[in-house]
Amino acid sequence: MKFKVIAVLALAAATAFAAPESDNEVAARKAALDLAGAFTNEGFKMRDGHWSGTIKPKDHALIAVNLYAGNQYWFSVGATEPAKKISVNLYDETGKLLQTESYNEGDKAAAGFSPTSSGQYYVLVDLVEGDASSVCLVYSYK
Amino acid sequence: MAKAIRLDAISIPTPGELFAALEKPGKPNWVGQMRPPIGTSYKNRAQIALNLGGLIADGFIAVEAKDSQQVKNIGTDIIKLAKALGVSENVLKRGNSINEFAENNEWDALQEELEATQNEVKSSMQTHRDQDLVILVSVGGWVRGTQAVSSAVMQNYDERAARVLRQPALVNFIQTKLNEVSPEVRDEPLVKDVTSELPQVEKLVSFPPGKSPTAEDVKKVNEAVGKIMTRIQAKEESK
Repeated sequence: MKFKVIAVLALAAATAFAAPESDNEVAARKAALDLAGAFTNEGFKMRDGHWSGTIKPKDHALIAVNLYAGNQYWFSVGATEPAKKISVNLYDETGKLLQTESYNEGDKAAAGFSPTSSGQYYVLVDLVEGDASSVCLVYSYK
Repeated sequence: MAKAIRLDAISIPTPGELFAALEKPGKPNWVGQMRPPIGTSYKNRAQIALNLGGLIADGFIAVEAKDSQQVKNIGTDIIKLAKALGVSENVLKRGNSINEFAENNEWDALQEELEATQNEVKSSMQTHRDQDLVILVSVGGWVRGTQAVSSAVMQNYDERAARVLRQPALVNFIQTKLNEVSPEVRDEPLVKDVTSELPQVEKLVSFPPGKSPTAEDVKKVNEAVGKIMTRIQAKEESK
């Protein structure tokens, strides 16, 4: 009995570590990477890391990033059906909304920003229209 | 903002991002930031992980210096340390790619490959239940990157370049992550030493927003991270 419990726990742990992305998460990531790919043509390097999750209607996700003064950044977000419209905004460490370049195309959105001060910033991803959807954030810099 | 999602994969910048920002005011002396080869026979897993992160930062420095032989040497050392941790075959294949790109002076591809190698190592650690070591790779990379950048700024002080050193929230996040690792790893003498130095480093990189650190401030940062790096690459760790 004890062995069975340990085996189940081990299996659960292994599953948690190797948890594969769902089809929706993969699709959202692909959408985000497609969008970020456009900035690669302008010399931006894509960071090989991402955040993905699910956002409900009128809900948002807030992700902390640490940026360097002198660099230019693009934060690209992709979502999947049934998301209809998403938005990306950037806040500084005091919670002040920052002026960014923006790109919106329904379930894809991006914000461009060049910090003059290094430090922590926050990327806010909003589901503006549509039902609960998988979303993915990637960013590029140069 | 306190409830914001913070995760290693997106909240901790890569050495490449740090170095890209440093280059904006003018090309630093990258060759002067390279260090002599470090040992690759560490036995302590925490120490291997910390040095692996440091070596990956060294790889980025060698790429910036456009020194293909140095990139190949560092790539070989990265694979040696990765093997010692028992990481996956995928990581080992990255070593071949690093060599190939270095042979052909494909610097952008090398940067991507180094970052991919770091992520592959971390992913392999997670699969092998070495989750606690993941943050150590990031810490090693950040410390070595900050050591190189502060040294470059000291050699040719420029207010704009010095601004990249302001990262209090990042150091705070690293400390939080280190406090979350298992007691077994947290109680390792080396990990305890590194953790105990970070509050001081956090103070040293807490310049007001928009204000550049002075040359003296930069020197203090360099000394603080240099002390941590010396401890990380010391050869006496056991276990």
